[in-house]
Amino acid sequence: MDSHSTYEPKNGAARWLESRLPVLGLVHSSFIAFPTPRNLNYWWNFGAILTFMLAVQIITGIVLAMHYTPNAALALDSTESIMRDVNYGWLLRYLHANGASLFFFAVYIHIFRGMFYGSYKAPREVLWIIGVLIFLVMMATAFMGYVLPWGQMSFWAATVITNLFSAIPIVGTTVTTWLWGGFSVDNATLNRFFSLHYLLPFVIAGLVMLHIWALHVPGNGNPTGVNVKSKDDTVPFHPYYTIKDVFGLSVFLILFAWIVFYIPNFLGHPDNYVAADPLKTPAHIVPEWYFLPFYAILRSIPNKLLGVIALFGSIAILLFLPWLDTSRIRSAVYRPIYRQFFWIFVIVTIGLGYLGSQPPEGIYVIIGRILTVYYFLHFLVILPVIGIVEKPKPLPASISEAVLAKNGHAPAVAGAK
Amino acid sequence: MLRLAVLGIALAIAAPAAAQESGQGGAVAAPTHFPIKEPELQRWTFAGPFGNFDQGQLQRGYFVYKEVCSTCHSMRLVAFRNLSQPGGPGFTDAQVKALAETFKIQDGPNDQGEMFERPGRPSDHFPSPYPNPQAAAAALGAAPPDLSMIAKARGIERGPLLTVVDFFTQYQEGGPDYIHALLTGYQDPPPGFNVPPGGHYNPYFNAAAVLAMPPPLTDGAVPYTDGAPQTVDQYARDVSAFLMWAAEPHLVERKRMGMMAIIFLVVFAGLMFATKRKVWSGVAH
Ligand code: HEC
Ligand code: HEM
Repeated sequence: MDSHSTYEPKNGAARWLESRLPVLGLVHSSFIAFPTPRNLNYWWNFGAILTFMLAVQIITGIVLAMHYTPNAALALDSTESIMRDVNYGWLLRYLHANGASLFFFAVYIHIFRGMFYGSYKAPREVLWIIGVLIFLVMMATAFMGYVLPWGQMSFWAATVITNLFSAIPIVGTTVTTWLWGGFSVDNATLNRFFSLHYLLPFVIAGLVMLHIWALHVPGNGNPTGVNVKSKDDTVPFHPYYTIKDVFGLSVFLILFAWIVFYIPNFLGHPDNYVAADPLKTPAHIVPEWYFLPFYAILRSIPNKLLGVIALFGSIAILLFLPWLDTSRIRSAVYRPIYRQFFWIFVIVTIGLGYLGSQPPEGIYVIIGRILTVYYFLHFLVILPVIGIVEKPKPLPASISEAVLAKNGHAPAVAGAK
Repeated sequence: MLRLAVLGIALAIAAPAAAQESGQGGAVAAPTHFPIKEPELQRWTFAGPFGNFDQGQLQRGYFVYKEVCSTCHSMRLVAFRNLSQPGGPGFTDAQVKALAETFKIQDGPNDQGEMFERPGRPSDHFPSPYPNPQAAAAALGAAPPDLSMIAKARGIERGPLLTVVDFFTQYQEGGPDYIHALLTGYQDPPPGFNVPPGGHYNPYFNAAAVLAMPPPLTDGAVPYTDGAPQTVDQYARDVSAFLMWAAEPHLVERKRMGMMAIIFLVVFAGLMFATKRKVWSGVAH
């Protein structure tokens, strides 16, 4: 992994440190000299964007926690007082609340990128699995964060989701009581959710380090899916991808700023500005948008236990993707049939998201069931079968050759050195 | 109200929207979907990227709140001092001091261990007209909600297509549109509709056909000194704007900062793009 480390400390202090803890060399080999395929497109920006968003969430979150009160009677007022009385508190809170949404937006693109380009295939299975674990912990973190303001949707979302565990045979009720720290969602629940919501982002940060470690063993994939074969196929990470990532991130931040400054409550639900009331169930309990596809899957199954199994199964199945996809070709660019099913899958997921936002009645239930079945068929039947029957297009001999063909001009040698 | 917000991509699923509408037809006798009528959208000075509160309107809205709504509704998160903060109604500090004194605030306990009443100070929050929600409910038939956040705590249902449009047009005024519609929307119930005692028919109410709040506004009830029309519609408009400010006292500052942030980011992204082009110019990719 550090065979490409050409790092030489430039001054005495750096030399001193490097001979005791070679951390500068590690950074240099991982983020400066790291050989990166020269043909990565903008879909590869989202890893850097995600890292940045994780930092935004941790920093704004820590400052919010300095002012927030995790007490059922005071929580909503304390979040409001942050927005009214703390200097730039409104900015902190809107950054954090909408930052979670943009974090998920980015992670969904990142995951779909992985599915399109077959990023999960050997030798990147562990990298992919760590990614799925990050996604799971993100969901837990976001769910518990949403409970903290203790508005109506906070309370009822917590009630609905924790109640899922009561579907477990025999021990279900015991487990829910244990989760709640009492006999209903109450102050004890809020307190433990706050504690865990503070903890889990650091677990994510640890997983992200493993994720990047696992990435740096085989190196990045690329849109052709062809392995790096020679030095001509790569450029050093810095300055080529540092500058490209900074550009991509600044465009992403324009979107972020648009939401935070102009429509900060667009993604939220008005009911969450109403104090939690255990005696008054809201007309529609809807989760945040990024949970809607999974919520739709849950509600499509008439049996509670099976619904919960389907809900967790729909995420767990991602763990097995490297083995369910039987094709040896990575990139969908060279897989004419898979490519179409990829886009159908994207539309099905968005469709499930829409259904999750609608009351479970009439036609919605039926469409929901069809899409849920399709979701699982995609992984369990369609992917394994296409991999066998599909006739892939010819692959380029190397990344450089693909780049040349695309540009249709002079040799792709090496302004890069 | 349900916010499907899969950002831009939601366009792809606009089609089933029509199906949603067809479910509820004319049925007057027993409506099951509320509000029965959707609010009409109003023009607000604080809408859009350059939105700004109209100080005159906020001051008038304050008087409507004080003269009418405050007899039943609390607004516990707002302090008198907020009324003179930048981006708000723009009362002077002296005016705030004077108007705070018109409220009686319970304080204590004093040295004798007793609670006592004193005139309000700028640092006090608006007092509640009832000691607790139960007392209010006993007197009025239902507890009137606190109005500090009401403009963010209500919205209107837009459906998936308009929700996507709203993202780009920055529509965020569902709260004040709803309050305006509710306050101006009292009317005679359709023939054959039985209004329960203590209820008032209002097709804009989002939880039922009737609510416990009697029509609070009548023409001429609050004297205006700036020549604005003294009509129910104008009162409703002014108090809705005031409640938007009460819910988002930093709205103007937020939008101003947003403009600077976005201009900065666009320029910065442009520079980064140019730099990226330069760095990559020698490398086919
Ligand atoms: C006579 C007492 C009274 C007055 C005066 C009054 N309200 Fe109300 N208001 C109520 C009650 C009671 C409710 C609760 C209604 C219910 O839930 O049935 C209510 C509810 C509301 C609601 C919430 C409706 C909903 O969607 O749940 C708003 C908004 C509101 N009032 C605004 C105002 C405004 C603005 C004023 C001043 C112009 C005002 N009220 C004056 C008693 C009053
Ligand atoms: C906190 C969330 C995450 C962060 C901060 C993060 C960060 C990164 C970074 C910096 C990269 C390298 C740049 C890139 O390829 O885009 C990367 C690559 C990758 N990530 Fe993630 N990631 C996160 C979540 C996920 C999730 C949830 C998955 C999948 C379920 C995933 C799967 C992958 C894969 C497969 C790659 C390698 C792609 C390739 O280079 O071909 N990541 N991640």
